[in-house]
Amino acid sequence: MADLTTLTAAETASAIAAREVSAVEVTQAHLDRIAAVDGDVHAFLHVDAEGALEAAARVDAGEISGPLAGVPLALKDVLAQRGVPTTCGSKILEGWRPPYDATVVTRLREAGVVILGKTNMDEFAMGSSTENSAYGPSHNPWDLSRIPGGSSGGSAAAVAAYEAPLAIGTDTGGSIRQPAAVCGLVGVKPTYGGVSRYGLVAFSSSLDQAGPLARTVLDAALLHAAIAGHDPMDSTSIDAPVPDVVGACASRDLTGVTVGVVRELGGEGYEAGVEAAFHASVEVLTALGADVVEVSCPHFPYALPAYYLIAPSECSSNLARFDAMRFGLRVQVGDAGAEEVMATTREQGFGPEVKRRIILGTYALSSGYYDAYYGQAQKVRTLITRDFDAAFETVDVLVSPTTPGVAFPIGEKADDPMAMYLSDIASIPSNLAGNASMSLPCGLAGGLPVGLQIIAPPLADDRLYRVGAALEAALDERRGATLLASAPSLTARP
Amino acid sequence: MTAELVDYAEAVTAWEPVIGLETHVELGTRTKMFCGCPTAFGAEPNTQTCPVCLGLPGALPVLNGQAVRSTVLIGLALHCDIAAWCRFARKNYFYPDMPKNFQISQYDEPICTDGYLDVDVEGEIVRVEIERVHMEEDTGKSLHVGGATGRIHGATHSLVDYNRAGIPLVEIVTRPVEAGPNAPAVAKAYVEQLAELLRTLDVSDVRLEQGSLRCDVNTSLRRPGDAYGTRTETKNVNSYRSVERAVRFEVSRQAGLLEQGTRIRQETRHFHEDTGTTSPGRSKEEATDYRYFPEPDLVPIAFPVDVVEELRASLPETPAVRRARLRDAYGWSDLELEEMTNAGVLDLVVSTVELGAAAPAARALWQNEVAKAANEQGVEASSLPVSPTDVARLLALVADGTLTAALSRQALAGVLAGEGDVDAVVAARGLAVVSDDGALRTAVYDVIAAQPDTAAKVRGGNMGAVGPLIGAVMKATGGKADAAKVRSLLVEVLT
Repeated sequence: MADLTTLTAAETASAIAAREVSAVEVTQAHLDRIAAVDGDVHAFLHVDAEGALEAAARVDAGEISGPLAGVPLALKDVLAQRGVPTTCGSKILEGWRPPYDATVVTRLREAGVVILGKTNMDEFAMGSSTENSAYGPSHNPWDLSRIPGGSSGGSAAAVAAYEAPLAIGTDTGGSIRQPAAVCGLVGVKPTYGGVSRYGLVAFSSSLDQAGPLARTVLDAALLHAAIAGHDPMDSTSIDAPVPDVVGACASRDLTGVTVGVVRELGGEGYEAGVEAAFHASVEVLTALGADVVEVSCPHFPYALPAYYLIAPSECSSNLARFDAMRFGLRVQVGDAGAEEVMATTREQGFGPEVKRRIILGTYALSSGYYDAYYGQAQKVRTLITRDFDAAFETVDVLVSPTTPGVAFPIGEKADDPMAMYLSDIASIPSNLAGNASMSLPCGLAGGLPVGLQIIAPPLADDRLYRVGAALEAALDERRGATLLASAPSLTARP
Repeated sequence: MTAELVDYAEAVTAWEPVIGLETHVELGTRTKMFCGCPTAFGAEPNTQTCPVCLGLPGALPVLNGQAVRSTVLIGLALHCDIAAWCRFARKNYFYPDMPKNFQISQYDEPICTDGYLDVDVEGEIVRVEIERVHMEEDTGKSLHVGGATGRIHGATHSLVDYNRAGIPLVEIVTRPVEAGPNAPAVAKAYVEQLAELLRTLDVSDVRLEQGSLRCDVNTSLRRPGDAYGTRTETKNVNSYRSVERAVRFEVSRQAGLLEQGTRIRQETRHFHEDTGTTSPGRSKEEATDYRYFPEPDLVPIAFPVDVVEELRASLPETPAVRRARLRDAYGWSDLELEEMTNAGVLDLVVSTVELGAAAPAARALWQNEVAKAANEQGVEASSLPVSPTDVARLLALVADGTLTAALSRQALAGVLAGEGDVDAVVAARGLAVVSDDGALRTAVYDVIAAQPDTAAKVRGGNMGAVGPLIGAVMKATGGKADAAKVRSLLVEVLT
């Protein structure tokens, strides 16, 4: 049997189901891989070897079966897992062990998925590089001097470094798709409301959505299917059947599918290598039978500013609960009263980017400014949703580069928030409108992966997989291998 | 700035009080507003909590449908418009008893708007306009330890009980009421009659002492014809009488300031039960900006029109309408109705009458006997072991002569003592009137034989002498004879 860590999730599950290998062996192989390479990659904040091996043993004992039973997974540290440290990449939650499981975690357990540990992230999911983590950045397995994207950078790095075949990320403005793009992975932001947010520590409630990261479209679909579906604990969860995302992966032909290339998501600001890889992939879509047209979404240029009002506004309120009173860090100086303890703890517990956004949001919601900022941003959000509605009257899916550039060197944009924010310029419109959206590897630029974004209307997540699976198969066939196969191998250090 | 208080009567000759009331009502739902935790009062601190009402990271609210129905019911009873679509909003401020440091409330999109309550103030109807009725969640409860009076000043530390956090609250806000010199009485009558209405709707237990109804009273003064003056908001007003006293005090205090030319500060004031005075709290001028915005974790409420109509059709009769109906049907006076309401026996009396008892007799028995007993024991009349069925039976036995009034009191005492129902007590205690003519005649002859002189006086036409003979017969029968019957027998035999 090949190295267990290089199998896809689907292959791993079928090998376990066929008793060719035990779930415990698979889990141990990944724990060994983490021990060997995570010193360099720093994908994980906490590895729960004991919990993982117990979960694997339950699968081996036949207690749980299913399409992902026994498959290891890396969980973004923004999801509550009972009894396991959950920090959100912040000092303010250091040492907190949730007394409950997020719904996503419950569903993973029920599917027999083995949770290896919690992955690094930009603090409270605010960032595009993991450099905002209070626990240090993660490194891109393609080039350890570069960022793995963010905020779900730890999850992406773990999958790209073969520390896990699957990971859960969350995506508020591109935080699954951008790391997937720069690490050469498949990442999906499901339709808003498609996956329960219960237990997902909120950054921006109306935008946050958990979703899969994987090395193949089929693996992403298997994980998507495992975590999606209505949850009465989340009022914004959609009470509708989950589209057949796994079935859609059988597609190899795109005849009859109309694909719209978004004029506003490309051109100025996009690296030439990214544009080249993207357009080459669009030609492959045409070759697969798709009808490719250009469409305009005139309000997309306003998406980024609207996002940077709505997300900070919600975050200023969502993060108010981190006040030292009931959980997490408490900085008590002398006999300071409650108000002072709250202020000191927040001063010391939050990093600079989180503070920046709390202040931005507090300002945007202030009396006298609300209409000009938050109110206006919500109007832009409506206009962007209408752009999508108009586009989807003529096309089945939209495509664009996922990011304007490839993975940048760690430190390059750390002092320039605007440059960092622009990493999400192509991914943010889908969050504002609640669409389903996927990034999949479409080529290399300067030896680094480029992502192609597919956008589908809400509740049509299956279209992502139909187009994505066909494109992936065609690209792999042309290359003779997966894109990730061309990544340099990480050498284990003693 | 302090000034002399102006005597109330004098104050209202120069100044016109304008009041406004904000009433918070804890709904009597079984579970909290946004989670499944129980709402029972008085549990051990922090035993009725979960990730949601503790505001733990990642937890999300889910709306309690029953709370929405109750709120709509209140809105309908107050003649409000029910919004076809409304949302919750977050009210952001930091306080240790607020688990999330924001309260889920309603802001510019309340569920009920523009209603009124007609309040009976000493026989005169005053229409109090309702601006809005909205839903929100309660906060936890802070207990300040080490200070002199449980207040935060001087405390060494504070404890927080989150059992109350997330209990469904409804806030009922009036428009300014130009109540005139009668303002204190109007304020009190409004709160009393609102509480009565809420009880009738069965949406809250409405206990001021347990904080399930809390009242903030806004008061301002103006010269007649002028625009409204600056108002103060008095909190911590925890009884009907306090509502009246708080308004009265604020009128006297504000008149004193205004008459010496001092401007009223817009501020929150606390009412002190012991002294009947108010003292300043946090100033509204330096109050925090709550940064309201629509709650993104909850979907908008689109309350279906057919359900609104269903609820409207299910509204019980309002207390005012009911009082009018009972007055017409049973002949009770307003005073009697008020007494029965205050004694907590009105429903019991009505049930008794519906079981066939005469209205005046039923009222008298409940009001004079049962309510008295309840009062002596310090309990509600409804919690005593006597039912309308018992009282109706008792009154029927009196009406058909089986029991005298005195015997019926003994029978009631037996029922109250838990000796069984009326018939069982009458049988066990042997209370039935001796109506067997034979037995009674024997007693009469025995008494005549025993008191020949008195009997002779009666025979001689001195009817005044019959009294002692009646008394003797009654004594001989152990009080079980009907006195009128004894008299007629004596007269029959002796004349």
